[in-house]
Order: sequence, then structure tokens, then C-alpha cells
Amino acid sequence: MIFLNYFISGISLGSIYAIIALGYTMVYGIAKMLNFAHGDVIMVGAYVCFYAVARYELNPFIGLVLAMIVCTFLGIIIERFAYKPLRQAPSLAVLITAIGVSYLLQNTALLLWSSNPKVFPSIIGRGAFKLFDGELSISHITALTIIACLVIMAVLTLFINKTRLGKAMRACSEDKGAAQLMGINVNATISLTFAIGSGLAAIAGALLCSAYPTLMPTTGALPGIKAFTAAVFGGIGSIPGAFLGGLMLGVIEIFAKAYISSQLSDAVVFAMLIVVLLVKPAGLLGRQTQEKV
Amino acid sequence: MTMRRLINLKRVEARRIYLTYFIVILAYVICQTMSSTKILSSTMRGMLVPICAYMVMSISLNLVVGISGELSLGHAGFMSVGAFSGVAAAILMQGFIPFAPVRLALAMIIAAIFAAAAGFLIGIPVLRLKGDYLAIVTLAFGEIIKSILNNFYLGVDSGGLQFSMLSDTTRLLAGGKLIIRGPMGISGIQKIATFPAGFILVMISLMIVFNLVNSRSGRAFMAIRDDRIAAESIGLDITKYKMTAFVMSAAMAGAAGALFAMNYSTIVANKFDFNTSILILVFVVLGGQGNMLGGIIAAAALTILPEKLRQFSDYRMLLYAIILIITMLGTNNQEIRNFFAGLNPFRRKEHEEEAA
Repeated sequence: MIFLNYFISGISLGSIYAIIALGYTMVYGIAKMLNFAHGDVIMVGAYVCFYAVARYELNPFIGLVLAMIVCTFLGIIIERFAYKPLRQAPSLAVLITAIGVSYLLQNTALLLWSSNPKVFPSIIGRGAFKLFDGELSISHITALTIIACLVIMAVLTLFINKTRLGKAMRACSEDKGAAQLMGINVNATISLTFAIGSGLAAIAGALLCSAYPTLMPTTGALPGIKAFTAAVFGGIGSIPGAFLGGLMLGVIEIFAKAYISSQLSDAVVFAMLIVVLLVKPAGLLGRQTQEKV
Repeated sequence: MTMRRLINLKRVEARRIYLTYFIVILAYVICQTMSSTKILSSTMRGMLVPICAYMVMSISLNLVVGISGELSLGHAGFMSVGAFSGVAAAILMQGFIPFAPVRLALAMIIAAIFAAAAGFLIGIPVLRLKGDYLAIVTLAFGEIIKSILNNFYLGVDSGGLQFSMLSDTTRLLAGGKLIIRGPMGISGIQKIATFPAGFILVMISLMIVFNLVNSRSGRAFMAIRDDRIAAESIGLDITKYKMTAFVMSAAMAGAAGALFAMNYSTIVANKFDFNTSILILVFVVLGGQGNMLGGIIAAAALTILPEKLRQFSDYRMLLYAIILIITMLGTNNQEIRNFFAGLNPFRRKEHEEEAA
């Protein structure tokens, strides 16, 4: 039963990683860039939600919607002013710019909201479902996180596969030049991708801080790196891959914490990543591209 | 040998190498004079050794990113392997090598050997991957090194060296001394790193890299970077050359780590985290990939910049981020570049001549 408890908290943590990893993987798929600022968008979303709920005493779900709106615009603005001018630049230059944006967000947050950790109120209360005479307890936030992740996955898969905009996104990630010739507005599609990814980051931020209620300007950094790892784990650019990678990473992390050592859990997670990449160099569900000469 | 090789180089290349040496020596002489005549403030004097260490880190990462063309996001890991092994060696040698500069030199050599060994072990899996996947695995190794060193205990007693993981179970005999104390790192380090030593390390690193780049191996590195398939087809052993660059780079990073650590009285593994790796990468990219002088200047400028921005107190890291973004946009966006080129009257003339 303890095992099952750990497994469920692993799935819950993994769901958060999966939602963040979706942002990384979609942006990578379409813009071929590692958006290092994504982790800090999570932090901004969490702060907006925090102030809406704790300071202005709004309904947590209105706070969440507010956070999503702010993050969506933030994502579009970052893309427009920092990444779009570098569309033709070498990828390392874009990477460094993304790191610059990440510092910018962290330090703006530091100035606006100070470095004192804030205690985040759970968006759904601290209760728990008790099963099997209380031996198995699933907190409401855990359940909500898992459900949210499943819903997001389903909606996103439908969106990508069934709608015209989704088709445009797939076309752009395949070949930008050809997509443009077919009359797809490539710039708008890239903006849309950033908007969706950042909106999801806001949800992830609120869920993350409800489960682990300390909020600081650096809150987003480590989950950001882990989720990025999850995206690579599952095969970067692949949406089911991000889902699978996120869940696996969460479960591995919780099990490593429980059964190996809490101090070495990060090392175990990263060691797993290395093993996976050695066996499958493009990640679990990544597409292996054959080099043509 | 070196001289003849340099003469045979293309003139421009040779001139650039001499210019780099000249600027580094000139900067050293100026800083040393300013430092001995107390023109330099004490904070700036305290930064001279870290600046040298970062310069070596920049040269070292430039060999991997600029010359060999692989993105490494875990270079701080090698720095920390060097820092911990070097400092531990220096502490062990305290008894029988009283002369500090010799102890420092030996410690840096030992640090370089340990870091090179780590580089070799990590290189075996890492260099099988390509592009972003390679980058994420170096990131992973950087984090693993940090986690391990955070849980590593090393002590010495009359029975020799004792070590343990996770918790202190070294069970030292009476009179023994715990050197590395897990998350507490190493404390009570003798600050034997000096600015002249840092300068010498920078010069040695430059010589190693310039000699390597302008040798058969260096040309092979660049051939592999520019076209892996073509290089392979003319019979270059890709793994061997990539490994050479990676191990050399790790060794230099290790020496720099030892130098860096011995400038402080305490050192912890968390100092060498992902942010440090990124900081070093920023030096390289800002200075221009493959351009050693640019990387060195960027290392010095970006280490001094937060200090100089201190008058803006809370806003300094914000300004740092903005300067970083604007510099990247300014140097990489064609429209912005053309705009600045148009402002410069000399440049415009050149452009017109080129057009004509």
C-alpha cells in the first residue's frame, strides 16, 4: 500500500512535469529552440495566481484563469521581442537570449515580489480522499493534478490532429518554407505555439505550488530543468513523448527519494535519462532522423 | 617548434594569436601595477583570481563549443571536480611541501588529472550523441557530479584516506581530519591562489589551445564540426578527436576550478551548479564561438559588470539580463547590425567599396 501511495504521488508530480514539458516540446518542435525561460513563466503564473487568491481574495479558479491570461500574453511578448528577431540566427545565440530572458523574469519577480518565500494557498483545499480504510490517501490536489494533465493531453491531441490551426502547427514543424508557400502564416503559428505553451505553464505553476507550497522567484528554475529533461526523455518535439517522459520522470524521482536516498534523487533521475538516451538516442518516442548525404 | 609552426600559419591567424598574447600580458602588467600601487579597490583586487579562473573556463569551453562544435551545459561539473580534488590535494600536501606556489602548482596539476579522468569517463557515453541530446546529457552529468560531491565525505588519518557516501561513516582514528564534509564542502582552505599564478594558467591554457587548434588535431576538430559526414569519409576518427577535445577541455576546467577554490576559505559543491555552467557558456557565445580573445574579454567584462552595477543595487541583475539580451539581439540580428553599420562612417565606406 505504501508502494501505491508513492506511485500515485509520483504520477502526480509527473503530471506537473508533463504539463511543463508540453511547453518545451511544442516550442522545440516548431521553433527548434530550447526555451530556457519557460520555467520562469511557470513562476510568474504562480505569483499571479497567488496574488489573485491571497491578496484580492478571488476564487482560486478565477485566479488560475487570470494567471493563464497573463502568461499567454507574456509568452507572446517574449517571442515577439526576444526570439523573433533571431529567427535566422545560430541556435546558440537564441539559447543565450532565452537564458537572458530567464534572468530578466527572475529578477523582475525579485524586484516586484521580493525574495521572501510566499506560502501558496492550495487552489482546492488540503483535504484528501481516503481509500481502503484510510491506508491509501490521495489528496485533492493530487487527484486534480492528474485529472488536469489527462484533460490537457486529450484536448491538445485533438487540437493538434483535428483542427486547421493544429494542422498548420504540424506543417510548420515539418517544413517552415513549404508551409509558408501553402499560405500558412508561419509567424502567427509560432506565436500561437508560445501562447499555448505559456498558458499551460500557468496551470503547471498553480498546480506545482499547490502541491509544494513555497513560492520564490527561483521556484520555476529546477522544475523547468526537470521538465526539459522529461521532454528529452520522451523524445523532444513529440507530444505523447512529453506526457510519457513527464510521468516516468515523476515516478522515478519519487521512488528514488523513497527507496534510494532523498539527497541523491536528482542524480538518479539524471542517470536514468543518460541510460535512456544511450539506448534510444532520440528519446523514448522521438523520431529517429536518418542523415542523408 | 612553436615558432616555426606559427610562421607557417596564415599571416592573419598568426597576427591574431600574437595579439591575444599581447593583450593578455598587457592587461596583466596594468592590473599588477594598479594592484601594487593600490589604485585598484580591494573588491576589484579580490576579483582578479576569479577573473583568471573564469578566463581559463572560457578558453576551455571554447575548445568544445567553438572549435569542436558540441554544446556542453555541464562544464561547471569539471570545474568542481578540479576544485575538490585540487583543494583536497593541497590540504594533504600542507605538511611536506611548505612552499605555497609549488603546492598550488601541484594541486592544479592533480586537479587537471582528476577532471580529465572525469571528462574521459563522461565522454564515452556523451560523445555518442549529437546536438541537443548531447547538450542535455552534459547538463545531466553536471547535476550528477554536483549531487555526488554534495554527499561525499573524505577524511585522512594515520591509516590513510577514508571516504564514504551519504553520511559521514569514515570512522577516522584519533588525530584524523575530515577534509570533504558533504554538503558543507571544504572549509578552512589556505588562500594560496595568487594573481600571477592565475595569469600563468591563462597563458598556458592559451598556448595549449592555440597549439592544438593549429595542429593536425585542431584541423580535424574543425573539419568534423563543419561537416561530420565529409570528415568521416576522408578517414578521420571522429570519436578519437572529439574525445581529445573534450578531455583537454575538462583538464583545463579542472585546473581553473582548483585555482578558483583556493581563492576562498570555503568551497561547496552547490557553487558549481547549472547557472555556473550557463555563465561560462555566455562568456563563450558573447565573445564569439571559437574566438579565444573574445571569450577572455567577455569573461572579464561579465565578472566585473555585476560589481560595477552595484550602485544600481537591486536593479543590477536586471540590467545584466537586459544587457545580455540586447547584446545578443544586436550582434545576431541582421537588421540591427545593418543599422549600426550605417551609423559608422568608416564602415559605410567599406560597404560601398565592397558593393562597387
